[in-house]
Amino acid sequence: MADLYTVTDLHLSLPDMVHKPLLGSAPRIDILHGLNFTIASGEVLGIVGGSGSGKSTLGRVLVRLLEPTRGQVLFDGQDITHLDEAALRPLRRRFQMIFQDPMSSLNPRRTVAAIIAAPLKLQGFDDTSRRVDRALDHVGLPRAFRGRYPHELSGGQRQRVGIARAIAMEPEFILADEIVSGLDVSSQAQVLKLLDDLVRELGLTLAFISHDLSVIRRLCSQVMVLHQGRIVEHRPTQALFDAPQAAYTRELLDSIPLPDPDQPWAMLET
Amino acid sequence: MLDARGMIKRRLGLRLWLSGGWLLLLALAAILAPWIAPHDPLMQDLFTSRLPPFWMDGAEPGYWLGTDSLGRDVLSRIMHGARVALIVALIAGTATALIGATLGLIAGYFRGWADLVISRMVDIWMAFPPVLFAILLIAVMGTGLTSVVVAIIVIDWTRFARVVRAEAMSQGAMDYVASAQVAGQRRLGTMLTEILPNVLPTIVALLTLEMGIAVIVEAILGFVNLSVSTDSPTWGGMIAEGRASVHRAWWVLVFPLITLFLTVLSFSQLGEGLKDRFDPVLR
Repeated sequence: MADLYTVTDLHLSLPDMVHKPLLGSAPRIDILHGLNFTIASGEVLGIVGGSGSGKSTLGRVLVRLLEPTRGQVLFDGQDITHLDEAALRPLRRRFQMIFQDPMSSLNPRRTVAAIIAAPLKLQGFDDTSRRVDRALDHVGLPRAFRGRYPHELSGGQRQRVGIARAIAMEPEFILADEIVSGLDVSSQAQVLKLLDDLVRELGLTLAFISHDLSVIRRLCSQVMVLHQGRIVEHRPTQALFDAPQAAYTRELLDSIPLPDPDQPWAMLET
Repeated sequence: MLDARGMIKRRLGLRLWLSGGWLLLLALAAILAPWIAPHDPLMQDLFTSRLPPFWMDGAEPGYWLGTDSLGRDVLSRIMHGARVALIVALIAGTATALIGATLGLIAGYFRGWADLVISRMVDIWMAFPPVLFAILLIAVMGTGLTSVVVAIIVIDWTRFARVVRAEAMSQGAMDYVASAQVAGQRRLGTMLTEILPNVLPTIVALLTLEMGIAVIVEAILGFVNLSVSTDSPTWGGMIAEGRASVHRAWWVLVFPLITLFLTVLSFSQLGEGLKDRFDPVLR
């Protein structure tokens, strides 16, 4: 399988506005310290880490909402590290993003159909209406929802609209940033199941950011553990859960609430 | 699937009815004033001076709200005064909203040096006492309708700029703006299609408020005789004249004052009512 993303020596720092002196530039906080990894085409990569580990920042670099300070990001062989917005625009249809908070990621003054159709129109698709219908079918929302506003939907339905918007363009890569953390457990299960199906149906490459290893375990083929802006472990899911190498990974695994706290992970498999 | 939205009956609301009704009445009176006003607003007649309103002893038929010390009909003068007041409210209010909201939107969404320049300008502007500023401006430009409109724009654009900037900033931090960027939307396009619709209810509410303020500022300028020329009646001018003879003819002061009060109140209530009625998010 070819690599869709190749990331080498990725550094990113952001200005620290709190400690900005009155004159002169703000000091910079380093968020990512030299990451190296690849994402193979068709892979489902889980990115885990505690809060402040840089996982969301890394995600936003992959879809180029943020520009790296140093290093290189190759998307399908093309260097997108420092491309400007105009040069990125034709590439945008190939990598999409699903946001954490479905309330703030959907424009409250637009209907569901307009929300899903907006990126399609921008990218110059002409069969917008048909694609909107198909995307709604894919995520299991009735077509009657086209005329609804986001505040008329439940949390799970809103997140489905977010997913529909991302898949409507049939991108090769989707970044899902903590997309189930705001949902109740039953909606979580439904959205995860949906994502799992979509990956298989559409042949998507997916990066799934979460702080919750049990969610990652259901969905992902590879897991990358981030801690304070560094990769501490990056291995196939099964191997990582069976025998975690890094101390931080073990810490994360131990923090998952189990039905029986005395039972080790390995025994749950049987 | 059942769509329950259509089943909810939304009443137009008492506040929208009352405020809209008063403003409509006033607009009709202003537009039709030359034809329906009972008297010439400038006609002086010392034989009919200080006639009381119709329900009091000594009232003359035809002079419904009485006359002032020069014998001019108060009702006719209020109707003609409404023309100036409403023109100023409409033009000055809209122009202030356009200029202030545009600058606020740019400052709040693009941030950076544009924000720096606009925000500093607002800070400096607000350090001037507004009414003195307006009087000074008109003293330099000369009286007239244009001067009044320009004065109101110059004093009040900061109100829009500040509020819209704050609103645009909070909307700009929302994920749907990042989502537009992921979709390949240009910055200017994002500002117009994503941010603007979300700050529009705020702008409309402020706009109606601003129209009320424009009416007040016009009255203040009329009061100090700096509004349009003394030939055409203004509410502010009437209040100033009525003040001089308030003990002998209170109606000359009170009726334009009530009209002014109701108009300003109606404008602000109209804004609230419209927001309740037409904002899809509040539905």
